[in-house]
Formats: sequence, structure tokens, C-alpha cells
Amino acid sequence: MGKTPAAVIGVGQTHHRAKREDVSMAGLCREAMDRALEDAGMTLDEIDAIVVGKAPDLFEGVMMPELYLAEALGAVGKPLLRVHTAGSVGGSTAIVAASLVQSGVHRKVLTVAFEKQSESNAMWALSVPVPFVMPVHAGAGGYFAPHVRSYIRRSGAPSHIGAIVAAKDRTNALKNPYAHLHNEGTTVESVLASQMLWDPIRYDETCPSSDGACALVIAADDVAAASLNPAWIHGTVMRSEPTTAAERDQVNPQAGRDAAAALWKQAGITSPIDEIDAAEIYVPFSWFEPMWLENLGFAAEGEGWRLTEAGETAMTGRLPVNCSGGVLSSNPIGASGMLRFGEAALQVRGAAGEHQVDGARKALGHAYGGGSQFFAMWVVGADRPTN
Amino acid sequence: MRDVAVVGFAQRQMQDYDGSPTCAELLVPIFGECYEQTGWTKKDIGFWCSGSSDYLAGRSFSFVSAIDAIGVLPPVNESHVEMDAAWALYEAWLKIQTGEVDTALVFGFGKASAGVLRRTLSLQLDPYTLTPLWPDTVSIAALQARLGIDGGAWDEAAMAEVVNRSLTDAEKNEYAVRAGGSSVKELLARPMFADPLRKHDAAPVTDGAAAIVLAAGDRAREVRERPAWITGLSHFTDGLHLGTRDLTRAESASRAAAAVGGLDGVEIAELHAPFSHQELILRHDLGLADDARINPSGGPLAGNPMFTGGAIRIGEAARRIWDGTADKVLGHATSGPALQQNLVCVMETVSEGMGI
Amino acid sequence: MSRTLSAPVTVSFDYTRSVGPVLGRFLTGLRDGQFVGARLSDGRVVVPPPEFDPVTHRATADFVDVAETGTVTSWTWVSEPVAGQPFDRPFAFALVTLDGTDAPLLHAVDVASPDEISTGLKVRARWATERTGAITDVVFVPDTGTAAAAAPVAGEGEVTGIVTPVSLDYTYAASPEESAFFRGLAEGRLVAQRCPQCRKVYVPPRPACPVDGVPTVEEIELSDTGTVTTFCIVNVPFLGQKITPPYVSAYILLDGADIALQHLILDIPVEEIRMGLRVKAVWKPREEWGTTIENISHFAPTGDADADYDTYKHHL
Repeated sequence: MGKTPAAVIGVGQTHHRAKREDVSMAGLCREAMDRALEDAGMTLDEIDAIVVGKAPDLFEGVMMPELYLAEALGAVGKPLLRVHTAGSVGGSTAIVAASLVQSGVHRKVLTVAFEKQSESNAMWALSVPVPFVMPVHAGAGGYFAPHVRSYIRRSGAPSHIGAIVAAKDRTNALKNPYAHLHNEGTTVESVLASQMLWDPIRYDETCPSSDGACALVIAADDVAAASLNPAWIHGTVMRSEPTTAAERDQVNPQAGRDAAAALWKQAGITSPIDEIDAAEIYVPFSWFEPMWLENLGFAAEGEGWRLTEAGETAMTGRLPVNCSGGVLSSNPIGASGMLRFGEAALQVRGAAGEHQVDGARKALGHAYGGGSQFFAMWVVGADRPTN
Repeated sequence: MRDVAVVGFAQRQMQDYDGSPTCAELLVPIFGECYEQTGWTKKDIGFWCSGSSDYLAGRSFSFVSAIDAIGVLPPVNESHVEMDAAWALYEAWLKIQTGEVDTALVFGFGKASAGVLRRTLSLQLDPYTLTPLWPDTVSIAALQARLGIDGGAWDEAAMAEVVNRSLTDAEKNEYAVRAGGSSVKELLARPMFADPLRKHDAAPVTDGAAAIVLAAGDRAREVRERPAWITGLSHFTDGLHLGTRDLTRAESASRAAAAVGGLDGVEIAELHAPFSHQELILRHDLGLADDARINPSGGPLAGNPMFTGGAIRIGEAARRIWDGTADKVLGHATSGPALQQNLVCVMETVSEGMGI
Repeated sequence: MSRTLSAPVTVSFDYTRSVGPVLGRFLTGLRDGQFVGARLSDGRVVVPPPEFDPVTHRATADFVDVAETGTVTSWTWVSEPVAGQPFDRPFAFALVTLDGTDAPLLHAVDVASPDEISTGLKVRARWATERTGAITDVVFVPDTGTAAAAAPVAGEGEVTGIVTPVSLDYTYAASPEESAFFRGLAEGRLVAQRCPQCRKVYVPPRPACPVDGVPTVEEIELSDTGTVTTFCIVNVPFLGQKITPPYVSAYILLDGADIALQHLILDIPVEEIRMGLRVKAVWKPREEWGTTIENISHFAPTGDADADYDTYKHHL
């Protein structure tokens, strides 16, 4: 039995900022939702079901906030689901929403993911001490920095690769009116001159902490076909593995490799680097660009940094990566994955505005979470899938 | 739609679980029972989905190490909802419906005793105008109970009858953390805790975990002679706002029952009513027949592990199909304050009637 | 001896909430001693105002000043209050329908016993003297017919945010396998366990081997020397941090283990720390030991030659 073809027909996001003091959580979500609905030419009343995604509830201090938000989100009288898969949640949530349509259960589904990080402090929420255990953790940066060091050791990458990524993504963000950071004049040199926070990760190589939301309208075949420029879903994959295990590869995790292989197969893609026109990859720390290029199969193991260094991941390169500015420029954690998925959809719909890649037909949206252990990804295309 | 059945179910319920908040130690033997029931190994499972809560555990990403209990290298196709595992079952059922997988194992876990449950649940309320008052979950249920009593929809005796039946039935449930029937008169003589609720009107604080195995078509038939075929699965939400919602009703439950074509012919219903009066609301609003047997397991008043209690209702109901006790059953799950969100899962011996 | 070790944990944060225009209007009213409701599209007047109309889904815009007197439409007696509730002695929570509104709000009523409250009771707001624009600025009391004058307006401009302290007490328990590890530490031992299926040595032992999904069992005592596989230098201060930066957080592969342990490296200039460095545990004085990894103050270089990359590269 095959899936019902489904497509993204509406994408909306907030203006991401360090503190969105002008809105409540409901207001933040509705800003993204209303934009997505307008884009889809639809009203909230036409939506069959709502899927909410968000990272840990400790960020906002509300347990299952979708319950209190149900009314403001227009979910009353509808099915409401809440997904939480750590940092990958924005992607997983979009995939769950897609499955509501692909299963044939619903025809019009709205999904929204958000984080209002300014309500608390992410470093605190991620580092609540565990009794008996050494409190050496220092937030996400402290967690990932040793693995970045391992990547550098394994690949022999020159030390400025991370800075190339940061300068590129921050420059791309200047073309995205919704991006949190609009840091003019970010260069490789300026990134290298920024403070070393979690050696080997520098300040300018880290993502910001943002308030923001992203929403998508996903519709079934017939509805999508009637829409102006649907982004057809060609493949969706989720894979998980443990945070720690004996001899687990933390640099190039198997779950990511397996997910990518399954995704390319589903989407009928044999040479990802030749067939993907734009990629939105979850890069919260700059070095993860080359790491994920390898993990996703865009480059051989140990060779990802060469694509970055050669400028192939710039907007004008062979594989434009994070034309939106990516997670390095906006990071409302729960929404960050959905932003990747949504930006991929914008690219193949030709609706990405100033950061549009000319003629993009197939794009990748990617998210990961936990200790590089939860992966969610999709491929969207301008053409209705044939398989 | 594809024919999908519940073919495996294992659970643990206890008052004070002396183990880790992720309950990995509980999940290992629970998965073991699922493998034993199905004759499968983890390689036979196409999709995994769990339900749990960070606030119950008191830390971010509390579900992350729970997947170790699966053994997740090589990696698995897996997801998580911050909801009762009944909704994880819904996500898994969707995944099977897409045709991507044929089997799924759904699980939930929670250690409610790690904190002060009725206080922790205040964090589910409106964070601006309610949570700062810390209205505990028992108080909210009590406000709901009184509305029904004042309005003549039920009375304290009817609530006590629910309790008496539940605790009597619970004597036969090895997992019950509260059991022992008495009489309506004796129950009504006990002191009030949150007037008009007595302690026995509320589900006991329970730790636990549970798992359910789903399978499509022939994969289900290979496991059981009488798979519990899911012939209706639906869920809806109401708003949280306690003032604008009619608290004596569970509109989303009615809507879910209607969406599966009504619940005519349901012989046994396992209802996830954490408070005695909520069973009365559900029986009415789900439209269950008067002779439908309610909660033969003892139900939530005998044990209600958070984020698992709903899934356990589905598992308990499915068992009645497997063992031939009934041909049509209902598993119901709720989430949120005062029956805000409701899910119905109708299971039958025959796989027709999905009607979508 | 209990099967597992447990210890208290408090999860506490003062959340800063921006409230947006609709709730801001309501909270500003509270600060000024005035209930503000909204007229919804179906004509009902509701307090607190929903941020979005439940029918049209548009942002609420039609605000109405509402009376401070009302009627109890349901109530319960809080016989055992929990922390943070409006009173630390027994009191009533009630649904109160303010005069002129069509839906009740939930709040506390200050009465001494359940005999003093009933459905239909007339109640009146009692405003706090110091008000910040929060739902806690007010409680209800039985209406005796005379209004206590609200204290003067407490501030200027619109309320745009609130601070909500959330503090929860938990008991954290380690798994039985981890408990064995922590108990071993109290005796100065590093207890590892082997997975019965993959035979890998885990330190700390695990309730479920992440590869095989079965508990580790066979106990092995490890020496306290090992190799730094990878590390990071933490230069950033953050809330709740226990160790003063800069410090080195390292993965240390203890000799005989198949998985690295995270700990601190000291007694060496940070710029000299490197992958492959051989290190040994530096224990605190025995009298300071407890059931915690903190019995080891840190790891320090042994002075031996660095480990060959090939010996630890599969642990990265």
C-alpha cells in the first residue's frame, strides 16, 4: 500500500530575536501560523489537525504547553499532537504532520514548532545537576566541542574551516529578513578573532539563543495539486541511536548515515551532491557543516571540509548549504529543525526571496538532536513524486 | 486503511519505584515480555514510539536514555511524544498506515513519585493567569466534581459506586497499587480530602511503564489467533480554559466516539478516568451502552502511572479480545486537566469497519 | 540497604514571561485594582480575556472593565496546601463568576473552614497592597457588602511581563547498576560491569547496554589510570556552574574500559592538554568521600608517554 502524496503548501515563520518581548508564547506561535496559512491561502477553520513540536518543557517552565495553547492555536475540536525528540524535534514534528496526510487520515494539517528561550536560560535548563555525577557539563557547546576536536583530528581539517562556515552563514542571513542575527561584515578573520568559548569552538561559531516559531501547512495530493507552488515531499526519515555506547562513533554517527541512505533511496536520489540543489542542514556549531556533509553522503569521510573550503557550500557553490543563515543565525531550538524543513520547501517553491537558489528543484531539510543521536530529514521537490 | 492490531502488551505499576527516572530497568523486562508474546526480536520491530514527560522526571531530555532499553545500535526508526503513550500508539499507527512499516512497539514510562505529582501538574495550566496560583490537579478535579453534583448530573453515591467497583475488580489485578472493595456507605463515611473528593476518588500516585505491540495484516495473524484489530482510532482536544469549557462534559470524547462511528456494541470499556466522577462523564459522553462492562482491570483508580495510564487502558482492553472474553472493546486515554484531551481506540475480533 | 541510591534535586528557575498585548491589558488592570475582561465574538464577556477569540481566531480586541464582586459557581477545600499556593493554611479554590461576565475564573477564596463557603456565595476581590500586575495581586473573600478600597495604582504604563518562580523538589534515584558504581567510589573503587551479550565493559555500569538492551552484570574493578580521548576547554561562565572556568572537561578512557568517562583534567597548563595524554585520578582525602564521582577531585598527567592514536581512535 502506497503513501498518499503530500506537499508543503504554506510556510510561515516569526522574526526571530533574542527576546520577543512583544508577544506571549501564543502570540509567537500565531505569528508563524498566520503567515503559513496566508501563504497556503487557507483559514484555521479549514485545518483538520494540529501538530505541535517543542524541545524541553523546562525551557519555558510549562508542562506540555500545547494544552494551554490549544485554544489560541485553533486546535479546539481538532486532533492535537505534541512531539518532542530533543533538538531534532522541529524536523520530527514536520514528519509526523506529513504522516497524518500520507497515511490518508487527514488532508490539511498545520504544524507549528516554537521555542521562547528568553523565558528562561537554555544553559541552565540543559545543565540541571544530576546527583553523584561530575558537573562538568557546560551546555550544548561543552557537549559538542570535544567531538568537534575529534573531527578535526580524524579529518586533518585546517583550523579555519569552522570560521568559513560561520562567515558564510552569517552573510547569508543578511538576505533573510526573519533571521535573528544580522551581523554585517562577518569574515573568516573576524570569526577567528572572536573569543574561544568551548575550545575548539569560538563565540562566532556558535548559534544564538532565540525566540521564534515556524509553521507549515501540509496538504494531500488533490489539495496540493491545486496550489500554486507546492513543495512535494519525496522522502522522510527518522533514526535514533544511544547518547553513549562503547565505541560509538560520535563524529559520524551511524543513525545519521543510515537515515541519509534511506532518505536518498526513498527519494530516488543516487548522487546527492549532484541532485540536491539546496540543503538546509542543522549546524548549531560551525564545524558541524563539514561533519554532516560527510554523514549525509555529500562527501566521503574526512573530505567534507574540502567542499566547505572550496566555497562549494556557498550560495553560488555546487551545493548551497543554509542559504537562510541556518541555525548559526537563528536558533529557537524547538523550531530550528522545522525552519530547516520549511526553508527547504521555500527553495523548491521558488519562494525564498533574496536567498533563493536559482532554479532549485530538490532540497534537503535536516535536523539532529540529543548527543548527535536523533536524526530527522526530508527531501522536498518542485515536482510531484513519481515513485 | 490497513488492518492493524494490538498483538502484545506488558506493564508494571507500583507505588514507589526505587529506580531511575527514565525507568530503563523496568523497560528491559517489559520489552522482553513483548518479544516473548510475539516470538519476535527487536529486529522485527519497524518503528518505536514512546510517551513520557520531562517535568515528571525533573530534567530535560529524560526520554533520551530510555531508548537504551531497546538496544539502539544499529540505530532504529524512533519517535517520542510528550504525551501519554496512547498518543505514541496513534503516531505508530499512522506510521503503519503510511505503508512504511508493518510493526511497531509503543511504550511509556514515568516515575510520578519522584516529585509532588499534584503540584507538578499545575505547570500544565495557563502559565500567566493560573500556574502562579499553583492550583493542584486534585483541586481542579474537585471543582469539576462539584459542578456535576450541583447540576444534578451525578452525586457522591454514584462516585463511590465507581470507586467500590474499581477497587473490588482491582483485587484480581496483580499490578494494582490500590485494591480492596468496601461498600458505598463505608466509602462515603471516609473523610474529605478536597471536598467533594475523598482520597479514594483520585487515582493513586503510581510509577510504572508499559509497552504495546502493533502489527499489520499477516504480521498480526502470525502472532495471535485473535488479534485485537483496531477498527476505530480517534482523538480530539478541547480548550484548557476552565471557565469557558463546560467541565461537566467531555466534548472531545464525544467527538472522538462519533468519529469512529459510535461505540455501539462495545462490551468492555477501559476508561482512563483518573477521578471517579470523570468515569461518569465519560460513560455518558462516549455513549457507552448501560450494560458495557467498565474497567474490569480496576482502572485508573487502582493504579495510574502518568504517561502510561492511557496506553495501559488500551492494552487491558486488547487482552479481553485475545482471551475471548469479548468481541468488541474500547481503550480510552485522557490527557490534560479535567479531561481536556481524549482518545478512543476500538478493537474487535474482525478487521472490518474502519470506515474511512 | 536500599537497592538504589537517591538524593534530592531542586529544579528552580524564575521564568520571565513576556505577556503580549491581551494578557498585558488584563495584568495592567490587576495592578491598577481593576478586572479587565474581553467581549468575545459570540457576545460572552470572559475574564481573563483569551488571547485569541475561540470562534474567529482573531486577537482579542474588545476589552471590558468588570466588577470586582461575583458569585462562587464551584469550590473545593484545599485541606493540604502545596508550596506556592495563595495560602499556606487550608483555604478554598473556587470558580468565581464576576458580576457582568459569562464565564468563571479560578481563584482562591480566603475563608477559615469549608463551612464558610458554598456554591452561590457572593464574594469580593481583596487586593494586595503591593501589586505588580500578576494574578497573585488579588484573592477573594466573602462579600460583606462593603468594598475595601483598593490601594492606589502601583505603577505606570502597561504591564509587559511577569516573573514566575518555578521551583520543584524531586528525589533523584540512580539505577541499581549505577548505584553499585557510586557505592564502589565510596570505597575508593572504580566498579565497571560487562554486558553479557557484547562483552563490552561499561563504566559506570548500565541498567541497559545501549547496544543490546540488557543490564550489564559481570563486575570488573578498573584501575584509576586512563587516556584522554578528546576534551574541551570551557571558558564560558553560565548559571548554575559548579566549577570556575577555564577548566578542561575531558573524556577519559580508563584502562580496561570500553567507554570513556567525563571528568576534569588539572595540574597541567590547559594549552598542554592533548588527545592521548595519560592521566591518573587524584582522589580527595578519604574523609571527604561519599557515594559520588566527585571523590575524584580530577585527573592529572601520569608523566608517561602519550597513548598511540590507534589505541583510542575508535572511542571518538
